[in-house]
Amino acid sequence: MKLKKSIAISENGFVFNPEIGTSFTTNSLGVAVLKQLKNLTTKEEIRASILKSYEVDGVTCEKDLDDFLRMLDQYNLIED
Amino acid sequence: MSKLKYESPNIKQIHAGITSKFGESSTLKPITHINTVPVKDLINTYGSPLFVISEQNIRNTHKEAYHAFSTRYPNVQFAWSYKTNYLDAVCKVFHQEGAWAEVVSGFEYRKALKNGVSGDKILFNGPDKSVEDLTLAIQNNSPIHIDHFDELFSLVEVTNQLQKRAKVAIRVNMDTGIKPLWDRFGFNYENGQAWDAITKIMYSKNLDLVGLHTHIGTFILDPNAYYIAASKLADLAIHIKKKHKHDIQYIDMGGGFASKNTLKGSYLSGMEISPSFNEYAEKITSALLNAGFSTEDLPLLILETGRALIDDAGYLLGTVLANKRLSDGRRSMVMDFGVNLLFTSFWYNHIISPAQECSLYTEDTVMYGPLCMNIDVIRDSINLPPLNKGDHVVVQRVGAYNMTQWMQFITLRPRVVMIDVKGKPHLIRDSETSEYVTALEKIPNHLESLDL
Repeated sequence: MKLKKSIAISENGFVFNPEIGTSFTTNSLGVAVLKQLKNLTTKEEIRASILKSYEVDGVTCEKDLDDFLRMLDQYNLIED
Repeated sequence: MSKLKYESPNIKQIHAGITSKFGESSTLKPITHINTVPVKDLINTYGSPLFVISEQNIRNTHKEAYHAFSTRYPNVQFAWSYKTNYLDAVCKVFHQEGAWAEVVSGFEYRKALKNGVSGDKILFNGPDKSVEDLTLAIQNNSPIHIDHFDELFSLVEVTNQLQKRAKVAIRVNMDTGIKPLWDRFGFNYENGQAWDAITKIMYSKNLDLVGLHTHIGTFILDPNAYYIAASKLADLAIHIKKKHKHDIQYIDMGGGFASKNTLKGSYLSGMEISPSFNEYAEKITSALLNAGFSTEDLPLLILETGRALIDDAGYLLGTVLANKRLSDGRRSMVMDFGVNLLFTSFWYNHIISPAQECSLYTEDTVMYGPLCMNIDVIRDSINLPPLNKGDHVVVQRVGAYNMTQWMQFITLRPRVVMIDVKGKPHLIRDSETSEYVTALEKIPNHLESLDL
């Protein structure tokens, strides 16, 4: 999966979709995941990088990541 | 290399709207300590959920309220409203501060006696007083606040049988501009019912009319309503003096002062719109001082404020059980406390803060309790940072009514802790057990055996 090419992200968590004019805010881990999604990547790769850098167990990480990716999909920000 | 603190990734859409320059800051500050005691330690020691009461806060608030009235009026007495929170430890703090007791049932009356309050300092209110209750109150010389004519006639009978006199007051209801009009309690001022009750008492053999009482409503945001109420009671007292040459010893203005909680549907927060004790005191004392009493006849002013004295002192600590995404994309959170413990969540948008450091990023969240019931919603919309399973929260201003109106429903009621003025926590009510809850149940013989 990959972030849509037109999506703009700022360092402090402002996300803008110029195609339809919607904007979002995201937290610091959200920014990190979106940055990773700028390149084609898999859920497993994102999960591994979160587990490597953050104090979190695998189950919580997977549950939260699934939820976040579903929201990105719902907001039309990512593509396969 | 040490790892970074985890907070789940979150994203929310920005909906543009008209900005409001009104209202308090929406910045969320975590509450990690209550009176210097770490929330984490309280939960580790006493479990979650947990009610916590600050003794210092009770004492400070009582002093503030007393100061507001006593600096404006020469003779002021507070009476602690038992129904607002009748945990013995809480009542005792108020009594140590000098408050009498105000009770509305035989159960509360006996509690006040057990707490060491002498009978003449227990004001007996409410529409339900049995003959046994009335007898006890008469024998203890307690002022009985008569609610209806049936009670007045019962009292006449009881005093005749006992061959004892009773100290009585009447509760008066009236139009103060507040809606709804609380005319279900007491005798009406405008239609002459109150005067009718006064006349009957004055001509009775064994009843001594010592006071006049009103309680105009609850969460009254307009202090002027108290000016009207105090003026009407003063008018009655002055007419009693004229007609019967009888001095009323006290005027009891009841309760109903708003706390700083925010009512559901209110645009501005309670912090911004709830009147201060000074504002209420100014209206009530002005009405009494300007009513026309001579200096020596000024009656004692009694106040039965409950909610405004105890709400701020109470906290409910709880724990996140789960995070869920609802079908419309909103985040929801399941907590280990529900409406069974937080009855006031039906009326208020309680302030609920994380109990640990968190980011400034927040998301609109629906907060549910743990009950398997659709009505178990603590907040239908609250901005909270992402909280993980096991994280703690602090619900603020829960001291009034929750520890009396809580329900034993589906789960057991938790412990209550009081932090004393030196910062030491004390267990003041233990958690319920299955045995405690089922102790009063009985199984008929034919239901004893099962063959499943």
